[in-house]
Amino acid sequence: MPYNLVVLAKQVPDTENITGEAMKEDGTVNRGALPAIFNPEDLLALEMALSLRDTYGGRISVITMGPPAAAELLRDSLYHGADEVLLLSDIKFAGADTLATSVVLAEAVRKLGDFDVVLCGSQAIDGDTAQVGPQTADKLDVPQITYVESIELSGKTVTARRAIPGGYETVQAALPVLVTVHGTAPSARPAGAKRLMRFKKAKTAAEAGDDASALEPKGLLLRQWGMADLGLEEERCGKKGSPTSVVKIQSVVLAKTDTKDIKPTDDGIRGLLDELREEHIL
Amino acid sequence: MSDREVMIVAEVQEGRIADVSLELIGKGADLASKLGARVSAVIAGEGVSSLAQDAVAHGCDVVCVADRPELADYCTTSYAAVVCHFVNTRSPEVVIYGATPQGRDLAPRVASKLKAGLTADCTGLDIGDWKDPATKKEYKNLLLQTRPAFGGSIIATIVCPDARPQMSTVREGVMIMGESDPSRTGEVVEFDGEIPADLLTTKVLDRKTEAKRVNLKGANIVVSGGMGVGSRDDFKLIHRLAKALGGVVGASRAAVDSGFIEKDHQVGQTGTTVRPKLYIAAGISGSIQHQAGMHESSCIIAINIDPEAPIFHLAHYGIVGDLKEVVPRMIEAAKASGG
Repeated sequence: MPYNLVVLAKQVPDTENITGEAMKEDGTVNRGALPAIFNPEDLLALEMALSLRDTYGGRISVITMGPPAAAELLRDSLYHGADEVLLLSDIKFAGADTLATSVVLAEAVRKLGDFDVVLCGSQAIDGDTAQVGPQTADKLDVPQITYVESIELSGKTVTARRAIPGGYETVQAALPVLVTVHGTAPSARPAGAKRLMRFKKAKTAAEAGDDASALEPKGLLLRQWGMADLGLEEERCGKKGSPTSVVKIQSVVLAKTDTKDIKPTDDGIRGLLDELREEHIL
Repeated sequence: MSDREVMIVAEVQEGRIADVSLELIGKGADLASKLGARVSAVIAGEGVSSLAQDAVAHGCDVVCVADRPELADYCTTSYAAVVCHFVNTRSPEVVIYGATPQGRDLAPRVASKLKAGLTADCTGLDIGDWKDPATKKEYKNLLLQTRPAFGGSIIATIVCPDARPQMSTVREGVMIMGESDPSRTGEVVEFDGEIPADLLTTKVLDRKTEAKRVNLKGANIVVSGGMGVGSRDDFKLIHRLAKALGGVVGASRAAVDSGFIEKDHQVGQTGTTVRPKLYIAAGISGSIQHQAGMHESSCIIAINIDPEAPIFHLAHYGIVGDLKEVVPRMIEAAKASGG
């Protein structure tokens, strides 16, 4: 039977490969220099949705909350095979912590209509909190299964294999459900060339400007909702709806230690070990 | 006694209180003394009543126990109901969880129900005052939560000024476990709430785990290999050096991702944090994520063919050279002196 699948995805700075090049003179990371990418585990969640649709049929909606530039992630989702996409963008959403984010995402999922499985990555690589999935599940009042590696659907039941320390467990729940997808789930298929050619012209109304009315009949106008579209109060969104506040950010400075150079020779290494023994390190 | 409270949501692993929870009880006692509060722990499961005394011995004044057959397997929604019950009846100011897979599954569900602030994966907790620069309002005795973000490149301090309780998950191994004092006494509070069947939303059908093979956290000597090792086969060199020095094998994320070694050996931001007496990094360039997990080691030796590798910035001893020559020499030198 076909299922309604919703993928929650986030555009993030690529923090996973911070090497020397992204480091500033003072030993801190130049975050602005990091490229914006599809959060890796969210891409795995999209792949899981695609393979569910391959097996059972159904429809995939991808939702992202972010600044207008996050439309790029939605185009990317269309290239990979999403049926519909939705940008949640509003100045009133700015400064949201995980709780305020889950309020907006849950409301958007609800407004899209009936759903069977909501999928998202376990965590995003910028914040690494892993909180938005479970908080959204609670707001939707559905069961959550976290760290999922693979899932099967049968009627109104989901059976999921989830990663746990040192192994895995198999868990069953009734639909609808929210699953968070673990990094060990199958990798995403490449974007389809034909879909890329077709959807690279897709734009949000803000991006398209005067051309928006021409894009809509072609199915190339990317939908965008703000706070008013979701019927949310300002108190529940963005900075105002966030119980937590960041009060200080310190860049990690990788202090230079005085390094003693050791020659890679027999004598050099023997000398090093002797020194470690004298210092009672060995 | 004060009615202020710092609550630890303890996790039960293999029939005992998890190390991280005992570490947090010690930290909770420290925070509680600054707040003039007492320390409580929540323990849920089946047959867990007997664990209450262990929590008391580690510093709890009160232990909230939910010992029910329906809690035998962890399920987010039923465990969240138990925690919410104790939070609602006791009104703790602070609630702390281990940042384990279970803690990170449970805490956000509870936070959403309570509309509480939650900070993930903290590496530091303290009590302090804060003035909101926007409203000029002054807050006394807030929980100051510090955590790495952006792949470990920044450390953020986060507060939760108005909503209560203030909740955090805390990384394993970053707080120091206190001594146990079996003569301590404390109060036990039994769970008297309901666990209706519709809260048991997930059912565990099957579970397969292997016992943890590596104890990186407690090791005095850690020998880690990275991408520079080149292959799973060549990683044997790292195993041999660790053996010769009486150490434990670690690895960078890149080495794990490339399949050179299993993930439980991973040191760093998303792996284990280690503080050994000696850390040897062979063929590891030293990404900031890796450094986050090992920079507090007392002595660091870096072996790398690239003299510009960032790992040399924090190494006490640097060996620029091919690890396939350097490591065998080191093994020989270790064996030669019976070390």
